[in-house]
Amino acid sequence: MSAVPLEAVVRAEDERVAAPDVAAPLGARARMVPALTAVYRAQLSRARVARIPLLFVATFQSVGIMILMRGVVDGGSEAHAVVAGSSVLVVAFVALNLLAQYFGQLRGDGGLDHYATLPVPPAAVVLGAAAAYASFTVPGTIVTAVVGCGLFGLPLTHLWVLAAVIPLSGAALAGLGAALGLLAPRPELATLLGQMGMSAALLLGVLPAERMPGFLQYARDLLPSTYGVEALARTFGSDPDWGAVLLDLGVCAAVGVVSLAVATWAYRRAAVR
Amino acid sequence: MVRDLVKVYPAARGRRGRPATPEVRASDGIGIEVGRGEIFGLLGPNGAGKSTLVRQLTGLMRPDSGSVEVLGHDIVRHPERAARLLAYLGQESTALDELTVSLAVETTARLRGLDAAAARAQRDDVLDELGITALAGRPLRKLSGGQRRLACFATALVGERRLLVLDEPTTGMDPVARRAVWGAVDRRRAERGTTVLLVTHNVIEAETVLDRVAVLDHGKVIACDTPTGLKEKVAGEVRVELVWRDRAPVDVPEVAALRSSAVESGRRWTLRLAPEEARAAVAAVTGGVAFAALDDFTLATPSLEDVYLALGGRGGDGLVKA
Repeated sequence: MSAVPLEAVVRAEDERVAAPDVAAPLGARARMVPALTAVYRAQLSRARVARIPLLFVATFQSVGIMILMRGVVDGGSEAHAVVAGSSVLVVAFVALNLLAQYFGQLRGDGGLDHYATLPVPPAAVVLGAAAAYASFTVPGTIVTAVVGCGLFGLPLTHLWVLAAVIPLSGAALAGLGAALGLLAPRPELATLLGQMGMSAALLLGVLPAERMPGFLQYARDLLPSTYGVEALARTFGSDPDWGAVLLDLGVCAAVGVVSLAVATWAYRRAAVR
Repeated sequence: MVRDLVKVYPAARGRRGRPATPEVRASDGIGIEVGRGEIFGLLGPNGAGKSTLVRQLTGLMRPDSGSVEVLGHDIVRHPERAARLLAYLGQESTALDELTVSLAVETTARLRGLDAAAARAQRDDVLDELGITALAGRPLRKLSGGQRRLACFATALVGERRLLVLDEPTTGMDPVARRAVWGAVDRRRAERGTTVLLVTHNVIEAETVLDRVAVLDHGKVIACDTPTGLKEKVAGEVRVELVWRDRAPVDVPEVAALRSSAVESGRRWTLRLAPEEARAAVAAVTGGVAFAALDDFTLATPSLEDVYLALGGRGGDGLVKA
């Protein structure tokens, strides 16, 4: 009589069948914060190789515009708008225009595959790149604002507000740039969209709003950079309305959250074609 | 690993001035099984569907039907698992081009979930193993093609995945670099049972490094065997290459008779013949008038390239022999 319990036989059968096909353990995945830090650090290092000349271009462009406008504008609120607009233009140039080009190119030639085949949260890639591009704008924006204050005789007292204006308008514009770059079907189109976004920021942000026709004022309200410009412009006054500044910065932050979410979604979509 | 895979690129509507592109069946019922620890090759001409197949294996693309199983995981249902099971070396390095070799490898290690110390340690080990420590501080785009490729290969090694999917890893590399690559692959296979899926154009490399190879054409597997096994399919044949000094002496009847079965490219004729025919052909061209016009000739046993041509793949425009 056999004394082998039935279960033992069944288990032995199972093991024999399952052994060659057993699933391998999954490798580690990168968590959000370390992945974001790694992407940010890598992107920041690219500045040393490729971005520094472009940063000079961005700064010179803004300083040039302020010198031009000095002949047209004679102090007061218009001067505030010109200096604030030129400073935020540096952010638009780098975060919106260059990031749109970068992602457009990466998507166009298959460079995204590298990130897409790594176990990284999509948001880490998008936020890391966006944060790096926003960081690229810091020196240029500060230089532009300080030079502008010198040119138009504005006080430097409240320039510390740049510490909030740069990251928040940077988030809004970089999110927009990343979304445009990742959604554009072709890299040339991404470049075009980035350029147009920057031109819009230039025309609608630097030129004083009071002189614009009505429909352009609406367009101006739709552009996220406007709120960064307004926030900065308000602080040049003798008695800034801090509530309004906070509100403007809040709009920047909200647009930043939405546009970065859209960019993350666009990244997912672009990575798995 | 792959069963009945089908991926159809839909027909694109033509735009003004451009003809409509017809539907392309890039994967037409592909079925491949790769054993663990195997070095498996995908061989085929441009446009054969190799990259499409690889994109589906790596979770970058969803098949229209069929299943993909990687190391026991269903990749069609869980494409996000692919990144935790395999390391993929694509043909493009644009994501890394502006980074230094050291940072590119370290960042990739971090993004495979290693902590900072482990990432740095593996970076140093891998760069040392491949002999590119001296290049560590240089940006990838400043390197030569082969060096850049080697640096990208280094990024595929960190994080120790059990499956390496390598798309033409040795393009542009010198023999030293190639040896470093295959040495690193062999070590991983011996120590950890790493499986390697290799996409290649390089027939000589395929013959020497692969355990098994699948030949793809028009989205179908037209053959799948060991390199030796494949070569046996045309074992009855000998490849004869004739190089004429100036032009072929077609007025010699024997030479004229050979012409019908020769593939001509400039002064070079390539023929695949049965051994007796080959002997007769060599006798004909090495004696008499024809010999005066002959610059060089070789007789060889068939290579994988001959196999590929014999299998009815698209001749001529196909594989590039390195």
